Amino acid sequence: MSARDRILNKLRAGLNGTRPRPDDFDEALVTRPWQYSAQERVTRLRSLMEAVHTEVHPVTMADWPVKVQELLATRNVGNLLYAPETAHGRQLARHWQAVTAGPTLLAYDRPAEDWKDQLFWQVEASLTGTAGGIAATGSLVLWPDRHEPRLMSLLPPLHIALLRASEIRDNLYELMQEQGWASEMPTNLLLVSGPSKTADIEQVLAYGAHGPKELVVLILEDA
Amino acid sequence: MSERIPAQNLTGDFRSRAAEALADGQLRSNFRVAMDSLMQKRADAFADEQEREGLRELGNHIKARALSRLPDLLEQLEAKLTDNGVQVHWAETTEEANRIVHRIIEQRKGSQVVKGKSMVSEEMEMNDYLAARNIECLESDMGEYIVQLDGEKPSHIIMPAIHKNRFQVARLFHDKLGVDETDDVNELIQIGRRALRQKFLEADVGVSGVNFAIAETGTLLLVENEGNGRMSTTAPPVHIAVTGIEKVVENLRDVVPLLSLLTRSALGQPITTYVNMISGPRQPGELDGPEEVHLVLLDNGRSSAFADAQLRQTLNCIRCGACMNHCPVYTRVGGHTYGEVYPGPIGKIVTPHMVGLHKVPDHPSASSLCGACGEVCPVKIPIPELLQRLRQENVVAPGQSRVKDGGAKFSRSERAVWWGWALLNRSPRLYRWFLWAATRLRKLTPRQLGPWTENHAPPMPAARSLHDLVRDHNKQGGRT
Repeated sequence: MSARDRILNKLRAGLNGTRPRPDDFDEALVTRPWQYSAQERVTRLRSLMEAVHTEVHPVTMADWPVKVQELLATRNVGNLLYAPETAHGRQLARHWQAVTAGPTLLAYDRPAEDWKDQLFWQVEASLTGTAGGIAATGSLVLWPDRHEPRLMSLLPPLHIALLRASEIRDNLYELMQEQGWASEMPTNLLLVSGPSKTADIEQVLAYGAHGPKELVVLILEDA
Repeated sequence: MSERIPAQNLTGDFRSRAAEALADGQLRSNFRVAMDSLMQKRADAFADEQEREGLRELGNHIKARALSRLPDLLEQLEAKLTDNGVQVHWAETTEEANRIVHRIIEQRKGSQVVKGKSMVSEEMEMNDYLAARNIECLESDMGEYIVQLDGEKPSHIIMPAIHKNRFQVARLFHDKLGVDETDDVNELIQIGRRALRQKFLEADVGVSGVNFAIAETGTLLLVENEGNGRMSTTAPPVHIAVTGIEKVVENLRDVVPLLSLLTRSALGQPITTYVNMISGPRQPGELDGPEEVHLVLLDNGRSSAFADAQLRQTLNCIRCGACMNHCPVYTRVGGHTYGEVYPGPIGKIVTPHMVGLHKVPDHPSASSLCGACGEVCPVKIPIPELLQRLRQENVVAPGQSRVKDGGAKFSRSERAVWWGWALLNRSPRLYRWFLWAATRLRKLTPRQLGPWTENHAPPMPAARSLHDLVRDHNKQGGRT
């Protein structure tokens, strides 16, 4: 008999004569305390994220690339990793073409193995989209895919994320129901609620443990 | 007073380690400061009592429901993960789990492993197992990294290096990494970041734990603040997740309350910086992520705890650490005193099933039964009740215990004393005779009564019994 069978047999023996407990999940407990108006959603997400060292800026559909450029300029950032096949990636590239000077744009368009050293040590900033936001906890939802891979939001010291105000939901439960996560989980789904941090030494907060030291959220005011 | 604690008379490992820890002012202050702050943060995060209690009950019901269907859910999880392209392995013992991990690494001809935080891998002593086979297994959680550099074990399940202060870390980094000594916490973390980033880049395999394994979708959920969990599960070509069989939950929605309970109870955070949900390896066309994902499901005594309806509740645990943060004993003696992977109240109730109660006979009694652990537990494990149960399992006749290697403290003379005491209280005549003798012969009470009289004045019966006093009182008319 395999380890698997022995473990399952032991567990089944332990349940002998018992019945499964009913599913009494009460969704009110995870939704009712976390409900907001459209305006509150943005302010709550913003204040929670700012409380953990995130920079938040309201932007418009037309001018957000200018904001990106400005953020990079004030930080003296030399390059920016972007996803060329996404809509926001294309808009960014168009803007970059129009303004000649500026940090180098790096397209994430080949397997990580082909340029791991550069990705790990030389990329200074990245821009990604998001699949929504959560007001209750001040979180971004990232749904990495072949166009916008996982490491983009992890390796560079500065991560800039675009979030549509209209895609901020009250709480995690509502968002996962609305987007139907349970029926189509991607290989990797992420909630990001600030820059990387640690309090492992004397509980003193330090940012930039392994992931980005800085997280900037651009809220597209489309709501 | 302190000279009345004769250390040489203390027996057993727990006791001698506790005595040492209690005498270490630096250690005590490191823990006191950290636990006070963690308690305050948790209290602030659960400001609304009604909300908190509703959520705790829901958390308890979700875990109880999962356990009531555990074998079915494990099979469902395996089937879903397999569909998603994840390879599932089962291990009854830590030795088996280590062999599985080693085999996977060998198949990839790997020599460097980088590990996100995982208490189950601590249970397995995976680092030592792999090191003995010439494979470097490096911790990447900052706290775990510090502890590993110093050749130590974690002293807290969430904050592994909480027993050290910044100056101790500064000296350690200076000695082991050859960097300038700095007591600036930011600079210390940046030193760790640089050292570990190169390791993430080079690693052949990444190892992580799992906070919740979701049967419905075949998803491994991992919470963390640093990003080392994401690194370990994304950067190397192979990801191996190791977890206990109790971590499975039925539905994706079940993790919503559990996640909230976990991060608020552990650190007082509404959510951790990263919540990582992994449902498969890199898909065709994807540009990063591991080519292989493995899950090792470890039993290591859990199915034995599961066999007993009361002890089964230990498997509700979501490893938040709130019980140790609130424990007056843990705060004073620190995590290393327990001498096992899981310290504090939760350690006392899970460890016996893993290593046998005879190896940790003092743990169930190293508690004042104040009840704080049970009060704060996010999934409502009745820890004090389980500690009392283990105290009983400690003293039943060997072979009669339902816990692995119970009965280590069984004593025939103690049994005889209790038998006599019961007899005395059942027979009025014997009882009256005893009262008469105890009040008359009270001066004969022994002056030495084991450990009790090391720190207390010896007890002596009063000259007159309560019965006598009441009789006199009534004779005088019963006035007060």
